[in-house]
Amino acid sequence: MDNHKDLSIKKRKVAIIDTTLRDGQHAMAHQFLPEQMAAVAAALDDAGVGTIEVSHGDGLAGSSIQYGFAAATDGEYLEAVSKAIKKSKLGILLLPGIGTQKDLEMAREHGAEAARVATHCTEADIGEQHIQLARELGMRPIGVLMMTHMVEPPKLVEQAKIMEAAGAELVYLMDSAGAMLPPDVKARIEALKSALGVEIGFHAHNNLSMAVGNTLAAVEAGADSVDGTLRGLGAGAGNAQLEVLIGVLQKLGVETGVNFYKVMDAAEQVVEPIMPRAQVINNDSLMLGYAGVYSSFLLHARRAAKRFDVDIRDVMVELGERKTVGGQEDMIIDVAIEMAKRVKP
Amino acid sequence: MNDRVKVAIIGPGNIGTDLMYKILRSRYMDLVLMTGIKADSDGLALAAKEGVATSLKGIDAILENEHVRIVFESTGAKPHAKHAPLLKEAGKIAVDLTPAAVGPYVVPYVNLHEHLDKPNVNMVTCGGQATTPIVAAISKVCRVRYAEIVATIASKSAGPGTRQNIDEFTQTTAKGLEVLGKAEKGKAIIILNPAEPPIIMRDTIYALVDDPDEDAVRRSVAEMVAKVQNYVPGYRLKVEPYVDADKVTTMIEVEGAGDYLPKYSGNLDIMTAAACAVGEVFAEKLLREQGAVA
Repeated sequence: MDNHKDLSIKKRKVAIIDTTLRDGQHAMAHQFLPEQMAAVAAALDDAGVGTIEVSHGDGLAGSSIQYGFAAATDGEYLEAVSKAIKKSKLGILLLPGIGTQKDLEMAREHGAEAARVATHCTEADIGEQHIQLARELGMRPIGVLMMTHMVEPPKLVEQAKIMEAAGAELVYLMDSAGAMLPPDVKARIEALKSALGVEIGFHAHNNLSMAVGNTLAAVEAGADSVDGTLRGLGAGAGNAQLEVLIGVLQKLGVETGVNFYKVMDAAEQVVEPIMPRAQVINNDSLMLGYAGVYSSFLLHARRAAKRFDVDIRDVMVELGERKTVGGQEDMIIDVAIEMAKRVKP
Repeated sequence: MNDRVKVAIIGPGNIGTDLMYKILRSRYMDLVLMTGIKADSDGLALAAKEGVATSLKGIDAILENEHVRIVFESTGAKPHAKHAPLLKEAGKIAVDLTPAAVGPYVVPYVNLHEHLDKPNVNMVTCGGQATTPIVAAISKVCRVRYAEIVATIASKSAGPGTRQNIDEFTQTTAKGLEVLGKAEKGKAIIILNPAEPPIIMRDTIYALVDDPDEDAVRRSVAEMVAKVQNYVPGYRLKVEPYVDADKVTTMIEVEGAGDYLPKYSGNLDIMTAAACAVGEVFAEKLLREQGAVA
């Protein structure tokens, strides 16, 4: 490993948030069972992962026709995981407009210690109240900007500052469409690091096979916290594959506090057996990254393309052109129906 | 113009100003007063330009005017909670466009006729005005176990009031789906989209129902859409209802009339258009009671 010692990131500490039990819900069509979550969480806890995020893929209260009904309630999932972990912190995700402050209170009662409040990258002010409440409830308040490939760094700085002012201790940028390349990540993380006083985080998607590379770019640009999921389980082509990311960071001498072998075992022995399909980059998910479309649209677009007999790739491109944002799964149906009409009027 | 009912608006912001132009076209209402508390209000200046009396004395100016019978309030939840008992005491009907919800929710053609004896009615939310008529139309032909709506609005059409109280939208709209739409359980989601040019308000309505008859659902929804179009001309069925097993899906879009607010903000237009329609029905009733209309 001596050949890496000239890198400035050696000995740096980077925090890890695992989102297998939240972003992974998308790949599981929200059918994780509470006992499966407990097993995954116990393995992550044993491996030394700092924070384990548990929620519907679209955050608390995401269980719906629009996003898919979950196999259990938010409370049941949180209860199961909170009993299974010893050292890791239990986190949740909340998207204002879907979940409410009542859901935050519920999560706190079930032991959540960190709350990520996520908005589209231009709409930070709809989350101010939720960030404030998370703080008041004693949860670590974390702000998240989604779909951050859609705007330039100055806009992200402006929006991240709204979250910082509301009390967020850490502000995350999510590449929700898996559409960024390392220079895009670098420019955005550097802009936030120089303009904000709080910690900065990054969450990747692998639609263009860039998840680990982009996460590394984020760390090199100064990110304090990064996300990953076991086996990459997540929306679209998945996220930064956690066990790979830990190995890569270890080679570079970055300290994450996560045990490399244990996290590999958690991926292979606990998560892989319950995955409905291998997490690969197929053409559909490649198109998400190419067209800049929200990764969790993947399975919904597959169903709509089949139902209305249209080419899923055309659907993705149209969704990208319409500048759809996270949560607009209904637009997939709208686009598919319009395309079907054009084909056979 | 003695054959019309005298009405007033309190709260000359975007909503109040747009509402003003709609009331100025109404048949049974005569807008005689618009009040606020800020001297530099564009709304008050525009009202004066239209020949409507204005005042900076807010609620007091309205209470002092004994001729005003119906008051439209577009201030905020807290001011309206204070004003509601004063208006009631003064014998004035309040049409509440704030989230205060002192009185029952009303939606024209859905339940307004049940509440014409109430001193105060509430306009729910923009999403509620747009989607509860559709859910009510589905409920008319089958049992709705669950209704869910997704409202997508242009970021530019969401003011600070909506942004700072986004939970109010989801919670109140969900309740409206149950109370007005007769769904056994309701859920509402709101999404802000910043695309340029701004998108028109769109709503997707899903319902889980018993024994759906697609033709009957389509007919019932089409009838309701035609009714809403009476007061919101830009209200359109985007995707006709279709059935997958026990799930009904349909989509509408709402283009504003462009009175004061831009056309893309159909979410605001449907509130002012519905409030105006509600005022019109109250005014007609008052006139009928005093024998002015047959």
